[in-house]
Amino acid sequence: MKQNPVFRVVAKILFAPIIMFGLYVQFHGDFGPGGGFQAGVIIAAAFILHALVFGLEAGRKVITARVNLWMMALGVTTYGAVGIASMARGGLFLDYTALTGSVVSGQHIGIILVEFGVGLTVTSVMLSLFHAFAGFVEDRAK
Amino acid sequence: MGAAIITNLPALLVAVPLLLAPVSALLHSASLAWMLTLIGAGSSFIAALMLQSITENGVRISYHLGNWEPPWGIEFVVDSATSLTLVVMTGLGFIATLAARRLVSSEINDKDSGKFYAAWMLVSGGLFGLVMTADAFNLFVFLEISALASAILIGMGAGTDRRALVAGFHYLVIGAVGATFYVIGVGFIYAMTGTLNMGDMAARIPEAGGGAVLHVGFGFMVAGMLVKAAIFPVHIWLPAAYSYAPSAVSTLLAAIATKAALYVLARIVFTIFGGVPEIADIALSNVIVPLAIGGIFIGTVMAIYEADIKKMFAHSSVAQIGYIALGLGLTTPAGVSASFIHIANHALIKGGIFMAIGGFVAALGARANLDSITGIGRRMPITATAFLICGLSLAGLPLTAGFISKLYLVRAVLETESYLILALVLISSALSIVYLWKIMEVMWMQPAPVRSPKLAENPAIYLPLWIVAFGNIWFGIDASWLVAAARSAATALLGGGV
Repeated sequence: MKQNPVFRVVAKILFAPIIMFGLYVQFHGDFGPGGGFQAGVIIAAAFILHALVFGLEAGRKVITARVNLWMMALGVTTYGAVGIASMARGGLFLDYTALTGSVVSGQHIGIILVEFGVGLTVTSVMLSLFHAFAGFVEDRAK
Repeated sequence: MGAAIITNLPALLVAVPLLLAPVSALLHSASLAWMLTLIGAGSSFIAALMLQSITENGVRISYHLGNWEPPWGIEFVVDSATSLTLVVMTGLGFIATLAARRLVSSEINDKDSGKFYAAWMLVSGGLFGLVMTADAFNLFVFLEISALASAILIGMGAGTDRRALVAGFHYLVIGAVGATFYVIGVGFIYAMTGTLNMGDMAARIPEAGGGAVLHVGFGFMVAGMLVKAAIFPVHIWLPAAYSYAPSAVSTLLAAIATKAALYVLARIVFTIFGGVPEIADIALSNVIVPLAIGGIFIGTVMAIYEADIKKMFAHSSVAQIGYIALGLGLTTPAGVSASFIHIANHALIKGGIFMAIGGFVAALGARANLDSITGIGRRMPITATAFLICGLSLAGLPLTAGFISKLYLVRAVLETESYLILALVLISSALSIVYLWKIMEVMWMQPAPVRSPKLAENPAIYLPLWIVAFGNIWFGIDASWLVAAARSAATALLGGGV
């Protein structure tokens, strides 16, 4: 699809708005529908679109496999670290209120961090699934 | 800080391995990843021992995740039944991790070791959570975590034997069917009771007015768990999965995986449906007992005809799981405590056996079958002696742990005066001696073939292997701790309430 100017232009135009929309869903998640799962899939869709149009190699240059693995691990550990932090501050596991001591700010910070972790991991898992399957076809073609 | 750790023990037991897993996935060095896993497994074991010491006198811990009150929030419940299961699983998990270093380095590419240990910790953490959670849907989540990670671990055997891929895929598909059945059942029960908390379900089910929906929901939940626990006739994934997985993985799965599913089965039948004996008791006496006996015989007979050592003991696991299920099916306190005794002892026996086989395989550099292990008793005496002890324990020889299991199971069966079952149990025990004799004869009484290569013993697995072998003798001579713990576990389960 690299040769087709329509695809290239459309992909370039859409890339940023898709990520923007993903971020909107991400940060909307703590007081309405949305959250890390959906946002992660949307943000990953932007990168997958990029890789579909400009080729797998170009996609792997934007987010390398190594970076992707780090993102995956970082997301999960962020989630868990919130749980550990709330325990260290005298609450139960994932008791956000214990993070700051106040229900409003504690729950707010807690859920934002946890959703951030979920979003990061979902994005990178979607990407690695895409590259795993696409890479399989690539290997067969060789 | 100390008090915070004690309060949060149930969460830490699961969170520590699950959080160390992503860190391990990032590591390049196999030994660093292994040490991290050892720390995770060790701290889980310590947490389980502490929980056991708190709950052994009938104390029941209820932990509210995120400080949300049950039945709205997710609750972890630890009573004496939970903590005994946890001590067995974490203990054997720790010992399997100790042995893993050497076994893994001979079978898994160093580059993949970090990810291998990550999956290893996900399996452990998932199974620990499975045992503790009192939320029927959360249980499904833990079921999936552990099942996906075990499929990865089984598939990693592909480095030495490509059939591991098929075995892993079978496990993935059949396990997914089991988990789906379970979640469909939960859906039905949720529709009737409007709750997912097990204790709350148990309280509402008798008022829900019986009816077909409850029966169907119960049936789906139990059927799903039968698949996961590998009870005959839905055990077919187990022999291939255990025998083609890397040796270290066979040890871990044989020691802890099906135990967790059996525990959940007991929870479903005795806790959630404890208030409606007309459903639960029929299922136990008309379904689980016949299936358990079927499994005992099929497993034993298949093991007799099998020449591949790992597969032989995988078939034998099916039979041993049958004994555990039979104890549960008797529904008496004696029967259930016999089950718990055998859960612990079988973990010790099979953990040791698969570890020793791992030692043989690493030394032989090939699959262990009746031909290749000829005369191995003299070629690798230290590993083979530990194997012999675990084998005798499996046969139920007096002064070994296996004897205690059989003794309490037979007593429990006698108590219910079902002499047919008693006869079948005794016959099957006698049959199990056939396949054990076959191996022992080849290992110890036949000379090694001439020009057979000299085998190097594997000192790295001596410590874990002999801990397990010693455990088999120790619990055969002084089983008082285990018996007392199993009794209080049975009381906690049959007494109703989560």
